[in-house]
Amino acid sequence: MLETEHLGVSYGKTPILRDVNISIEQGEIVGIMGKNGVGKTTLVKALIGLLDINEGRVTFDDTVVADATANRESFWRAESFPQEVASTLAGTPISNAPGRLGEFFPLAAELTPDATADQRARAGMGYIPQGRDVFPELTVEENLEMGETINGDAGEFQYDAVYEFFPILEERRTQDAGTLSGGQQQMLAIGRALIGNPDLLLLDEPSEGVQPSIVQDLTRDLEQVNEELGTTILFVEQNLHVVQNLAERCYAIDKGTIVDELGPERLASRDAVTKYLAV
Amino acid sequence: MSTDTIPDAVYVVLRIFFEFTHSFGLLVLATVGLAVIFGMMGIINLAHGEFILIGAYGTTLSFHAGLPLPLAMVTGVAVTTVVGLILERTVIRHLYDRLLDSMVATFGLSLVIIQLTRILFGNTTNNVSLSMGSISYGPYSSGTYRILLAVIALVVLAVLYWVFTRTKFGLRARATMQDAETARAMGVNTDRMYMLTFGLGAALAGLTGALFTPAFTVDPEIGSEFLVESFVTVVVGGPSVLIGTSLGGALLGTIDAMFTWIGGSFLGEIMILIAAIIAIRIMPEGITGLLEDWRQKRREDE
Repeated sequence: MLETEHLGVSYGKTPILRDVNISIEQGEIVGIMGKNGVGKTTLVKALIGLLDINEGRVTFDDTVVADATANRESFWRAESFPQEVASTLAGTPISNAPGRLGEFFPLAAELTPDATADQRARAGMGYIPQGRDVFPELTVEENLEMGETINGDAGEFQYDAVYEFFPILEERRTQDAGTLSGGQQQMLAIGRALIGNPDLLLLDEPSEGVQPSIVQDLTRDLEQVNEELGTTILFVEQNLHVVQNLAERCYAIDKGTIVDELGPERLASRDAVTKYLAV
Repeated sequence: MSTDTIPDAVYVVLRIFFEFTHSFGLLVLATVGLAVIFGMMGIINLAHGEFILIGAYGTTLSFHAGLPLPLAMVTGVAVTTVVGLILERTVIRHLYDRLLDSMVATFGLSLVIIQLTRILFGNTTNNVSLSMGSISYGPYSSGTYRILLAVIALVVLAVLYWVFTRTKFGLRARATMQDAETARAMGVNTDRMYMLTFGLGAALAGLTGALFTPAFTVDPEIGSEFLVESFVTVVVGGPSVLIGTSLGGALLGTIDAMFTWIGGSFLGEIMILIAAIIAIRIMPEGITGLLEDWRQKRREDE
């Protein structure tokens, strides 16, 4: 369903992610754990398309949604351009390359510009940002309505399921989202992403700023979402409880690269997990 | 109070009421395009007056080319919208989140538009005449068209309320203005939302130009006649597009009407500016900022 190959992201000339290879199958719940500042949020933003990638590619539902090949000097060299063309265009994204390049160079014609975040959302990626980022001046109901565009505005929305998972949202549907508590805002952010029935749910530290008792409820709710709606879930997290109780398997990330993959047995071991967390 | 004075008092109240409707209509229509672009996008469009100019010229030229006035007005609005969309795509889109740069750029645009108008059409145009008569009451009378403009201002506010609160476009526009990144991740094409919102602001400015064509002398400086009123209303009303514009227009319209009655339109205009200075001092975020603070306080108390 979602795969990255040698993914790399840089801020300016500073590399944040390098050679990230992950793969998630339909229906799985997969975690990516790591301490603060190791690149977790950067990875989620690169997957949803809020950050451009500099290396590698991202594939979602068998479609390449981001491909940095066009940015690489090796691409320009590989096509055997005349030296002056290659030196001029090295590092230029294919979408910005001048003229009818694609007509003359077959590889260039196959490459498409990266899908933007809104295109990826419409293709079925639901995203829950770090810190929730609900729209504070929209009501709960309007926030949920914003999720209708996810998965292509298909017209079949999950209001009943969302209100069943999170009854408090139905009670407070006319209230401004900014007036909800942290835990309720997290429920709203998850509900908003679920309304369009996405194929994949991407969560960036769902436990951040949420009371421990509510974190347990959220973990249970997400499991239920996966079971009942069949939604594939990928989350990044540094909360031990969430990692151990939600993930079926989990990647560990450190210094911008994947350093380990833990299956169910190792995930059950506190020592194996805390090694990668700031616990 | 003698019975003879009662009708006079009624006439005075009517006079102030009609002055208020004139002022309210002008302030709201002059402001609403600017308020949409500022309130929704955070851009201070110093070329707002020149969008009004384009609407007025589009209307005047197409009217004198033989179109009936309502159709000429539609043409004026359409031309302004197209110019607004083109400017958004070519200039404004590069200046989002750069407040000062956008002010300099739109100021430059306003100068270019004024000079281009002067070069292309000269310093004067033939007037567009419209005779809708007037309503007389005692010693006073008010132009019917001016009253119609106040009604149109209310209709424009009502339509905008419907657009921003009851349509998908409005919802997505409000979400985009609150948090563009999250809106994008919800599948909203935020680039398009910015373009359409700017186009809407330009269209409203064009509508103002079109509607006031029969009431003003249309020349290359016509935009500046609206600019002061529109900025003052936005400052007093605050960033909320509808509530700010309505309350700002109502407050300043009342002040204008009262002082116009006391000392003529010149005094009314001066008092509007003085009211704006006082408003900036006591409520820097405008009336809507004050209301928001009050709401916040009430929420905290609860």
